[in-house]
Amino acid sequence: MKITAGGVVAAEWTKFSSLRSTWVTTGISVVLLIAFGAIASASFAGDNLSAVDLALSGSTLAALAVGVLGALLGASEYTTGMIRATLAAVPRRLPVLWSKSLVAGLVAVVVMTAGAFAAFAVGSAVLNDKVGSLALGDDGVLRALFGAGIYLGLVAVLGVALGMLVRSSAGAIAILAGLLLIVPGLAALLPNAVSEAITPYLPSNAGSAVMALTQSEGALAPWTGLAVFAGYVIVTLVAAAYRLKKTDA
Amino acid sequence: MIQVREVTKRYGAKTVVDHLSFTAQPGQVTGFLGPNGAGKSTTMRMVVGLDAPSSGDVLVNGKPYASSPAPLREIGVLLEAKAVHPGRTAVSHLLAMARTHGIPRSRVDEVLGLAGLSAVAHKRVGAFSLGMGQRLGIAAALLGDPAVVMLDEPVNGLDPEGVLWVRNLLAGLAAEGRTVMLSSHLMTEVALIADHLVIVGRGKLLADTSVADFVTSEGVRVVTAAPDALRAVIAAAGVTVTSTGAEELFVTGITAREIGLAAATRGIPLFELTPQNTSLEEAFMNLTHDAVEYEAAR
Repeated sequence: MKITAGGVVAAEWTKFSSLRSTWVTTGISVVLLIAFGAIASASFAGDNLSAVDLALSGSTLAALAVGVLGALLGASEYTTGMIRATLAAVPRRLPVLWSKSLVAGLVAVVVMTAGAFAAFAVGSAVLNDKVGSLALGDDGVLRALFGAGIYLGLVAVLGVALGMLVRSSAGAIAILAGLLLIVPGLAALLPNAVSEAITPYLPSNAGSAVMALTQSEGALAPWTGLAVFAGYVIVTLVAAAYRLKKTDA
Repeated sequence: MIQVREVTKRYGAKTVVDHLSFTAQPGQVTGFLGPNGAGKSTTMRMVVGLDAPSSGDVLVNGKPYASSPAPLREIGVLLEAKAVHPGRTAVSHLLAMARTHGIPRSRVDEVLGLAGLSAVAHKRVGAFSLGMGQRLGIAAALLGDPAVVMLDEPVNGLDPEGVLWVRNLLAGLAAEGRTVMLSSHLMTEVALIADHLVIVGRGKLLADTSVADFVTSEGVRVVTAAPDALRAVIAAAGVTVTSTGAEELFVTGITAREIGLAAATRGIPLFELTPQNTSLEEAFMNLTHDAVEYEAAR
């Protein structure tokens, strides 16, 4: 009997899977992704958006939902007091953060990748006739669908890191929503030259680049964008790790 | 064994624990006593590394807790009842803790049984009463079959049957050679369980003593049909006898055993022979009076 990395991951999986709220939130994320994709595919044409872009138009809301999932997983340790039991069992602490991120990230990647494919299938089935249909084999389609799954998985990890960093569900969710939804809107208010320079690098814009088939003007290349987003996630994780290790629980 | 060595904990300008040193020995139950706000819980959190001491250090079984390859085997703790996600079942909660150490599922069922929670193992913890929460916390503390068991206010919220269970459980653990430490702000409760007392007030050590030494004998109350005859029999240097009623005497300077033997040799009937000790509660109050953090206005 001793503490192992695999054991800590298994423990985090047990924590994740034994809460009804995690499955409800995960389910909501998938439903949002598919439902908004279907609605947009059936009714919207314009802006040069392709069938894949329309099918994934629920990704913004889905990102918010998986981010909330991660934030709740991280912050609930503190809001429920569970963190004391957790850290008494794993006093070196950091394995808890890595394992929780891994579990949340992997579940989100798997579920949301499946969700992206489902959204594409449903979206293609109900696609309005003003938009040309696409097949999985067409240029960039697989990249966009897998990219959507990876991006949403990273958003879940960002949520975990924010939850462990600020130790409050409301605070973590507010920061998450601010980063993903509000910051891009605020950037648009800046003088044009500044706005154009920074907008592509904002978290949600950078991350979304990987799932866009129609690149908006000035956007980062798909994998570059995802890498930039991963950078934000890593910085947040490091900050969360620092606080976890250095401050009293 | 828990060794607290010159530990100080400050939160900003407030010193919560002040150069505290004591040792909780294996094979006995150590009662950790003090008024509310004396720094008991903070000290216990520092033992398992949840809070870092501002200075000094704590050793569990001779080493810092975090360095152990199997922390749950070193020490099991109950720090706060219901420090558990309310949406999780009792069995899932324990299983999550057990998996970190590769503790088998069978051990989880075993401690649930030990804590009398088998029937509610699959109920969500949110629906638990305070007493059931305490039982779950104690079950969690026993999960790793630890050499040290440390419980913060374990009988809070327990029914009389539960209190008795905790008492027997802790005595049994100590008899197996484990170190047992429990905190309380109630002297009477701890006196029934503990062999040794560590008493703190405002973060400072007030007493580190055995229970026997802490209780001082005041005298013996005797009720007899022949008080005057008894007075004559036990009269000796250092013995004082005061009459407190028609048939009642209060005797100091001689033990109840000696009085009983003396009365028996002369055939003096005794109706009562009661050693009077300072109540533990009283001794505790006297000791901690100056160190009470939150006192009602009088």
